[in-house]
Amino acid sequence: MTTPVAVRVWEGQIRTVWNAWRTSVALSMTQPFIFLAGMGFGVGALVDAGDGAQSSLGGLSYVQFLAPALLATTAMMAGAFEAMWPVHDGFYWRRTFEAVAATPVSPRAVVNGLMLWWTTRVVVGVGGVAIALVVMPSTRSWGIIPAVVVSVLCGLGFAAPIASWTATRTSDTPFAALQRFVITPLFLFGGAFYPLTALPGAIRPVAWVTPLWHGVELCRSFTVGNSSPYGVYVHLGVLLAWCVAGYLACLVTFDRRIRR
Amino acid sequence: MPETVLTQPAETATATAPVVAAVDIRKQFGAFEAVRGVSFEVRRGECFGFLGPNGAGKSSLMRMVSSVSPATSGTMSIFGLDPRTSGSQIRARMGVVPQTDNLDQELTVEENLLIYGRYFDLSRAECRRRAKDLLDFVQLGDRAQSRVEPLSGGMKRRLTIARSLMSKPELLLLDEPTTGLDPQARHVLWDRLYRLKEQGVTLVLTTHYMDEAEQLCDRLVVVDRGQIVAEGSPAQLIREHATREVLEIRVAASVVAGIESALSSLGLRTEVLPDRVLLYSNNGEQTLKDVHELGITTLSSLVRRSSLEDVFLRLTGRTLND
Repeated sequence: MTTPVAVRVWEGQIRTVWNAWRTSVALSMTQPFIFLAGMGFGVGALVDAGDGAQSSLGGLSYVQFLAPALLATTAMMAGAFEAMWPVHDGFYWRRTFEAVAATPVSPRAVVNGLMLWWTTRVVVGVGGVAIALVVMPSTRSWGIIPAVVVSVLCGLGFAAPIASWTATRTSDTPFAALQRFVITPLFLFGGAFYPLTALPGAIRPVAWVTPLWHGVELCRSFTVGNSSPYGVYVHLGVLLAWCVAGYLACLVTFDRRIRR
Repeated sequence: MPETVLTQPAETATATAPVVAAVDIRKQFGAFEAVRGVSFEVRRGECFGFLGPNGAGKSSLMRMVSSVSPATSGTMSIFGLDPRTSGSQIRARMGVVPQTDNLDQELTVEENLLIYGRYFDLSRAECRRRAKDLLDFVQLGDRAQSRVEPLSGGMKRRLTIARSLMSKPELLLLDEPTTGLDPQARHVLWDRLYRLKEQGVTLVLTTHYMDEAEQLCDRLVVVDRGQIVAEGSPAQLIREHATREVLEIRVAASVVAGIESALSSLGLRTEVLPDRVLLYSNNGEQTLKDVHELGITTLSSLVRRSSLEDVFLRLTGRTLND
């Protein structure tokens, strides 16, 4: 009986990453609830009372607008986190990837196993938000299933490209910078908390090329909106492009780092 | 414990072929050439050593033999396979003990072995069986459920060796296996390595400890600045590159200045160090008498058997290399 090699790498990741990073993982799972409660209900009460709120949010209440978007932002946060410190850990601190490299497991299998692990990690991470969406009558929908699939793509769309870069680093210093100057701004300006049209035109292209906004739009349209097929294909296309490009880049940089 | 627990019998068809054959291997890192044209063969069942100072290129060589890092040029064959195309098959048949332990410190002793065994596609039940036997073999049976982090250096080293044996390797690579260990821990380790060799495992190790090389290695090469500078059994190397004995004398500081020319009439290789003078001789007691007959007063003297260390220092020099 043989188990596919990527699955065995995934097993190893579950054990090693969970043990070292469970505090961070647990904290990252509670974060979306804080935003849902604080922004959704607090700010939501103000927004919904304002003139023309319904029309600028496409006929949605603020909670309906925000909650599905948190699937995508949570996926981004989980994917970006996993691709930085735990990957650096595998190459540099605990060097578990070095130990794996001495076994029949190839660098490609390491990348495949990580893709599986990130998928698991994103599904677990967005699980809480998904439950909240199902529990609240105003957001309950079968669209939650494709929305979770989209959030996996959104998570991998961040994890894979970032991990391919992490594999070229020998220090963890730049991670905080990436978190502060890329991930957090995207979180705030990626169309999760207000429509992109509220932003100055010059900033919008940043949201168009990065995965988050596409994930937000898809999660929202699958659960509480009407999705036009054209828009769905474009959004899915961008997310897939990031996943595939990141995956291919990982194959190159992981191979270089492991076999140097 | 049955012997077959740890090793698998060598395939008879390949029993006479070298396990590792390397021809003119080079490894380049940017402009720096770490390994500069190295050729060697490792025979089945022997213990082969790479002896060299820090920065000599030993670890780069080991990474190439372990079929992780490809050589920049030259040809290498391991079990008759090419590591560039058959890396996975080769790695399935060997165990690697890296220079610095890369154990998962957050996991238990046993978990480290279980995860590792899975990378060789062993079933979970088989992993547990082998882990139990191997932990007994390296005397960690009672620590199976401890976390790795608080273990002593010697225990971690033994665990790393146990881990490398999970796949029942035919060839075991050890990169400086005892660096940083106390004498007791080193002797326990040497004993385990002897036993593995008895069971037919081919050992390749790097070290800069002369006593370790003399104790363990059937054959060794001395590596310096990326090249092999000598090759043979420990006894052979001592015969070829050193004398049978070494006389070490201490003299008053006032005498040191002119002592080299004073001793030249003896016709022996001498080495003047800041604190003592070494004379390489086949009869140390006789040489000591000769020194006294030259009118040189010695504060103290010592005649000792010459060791691989003398060979090593002769070949690689006394200056720091890294």
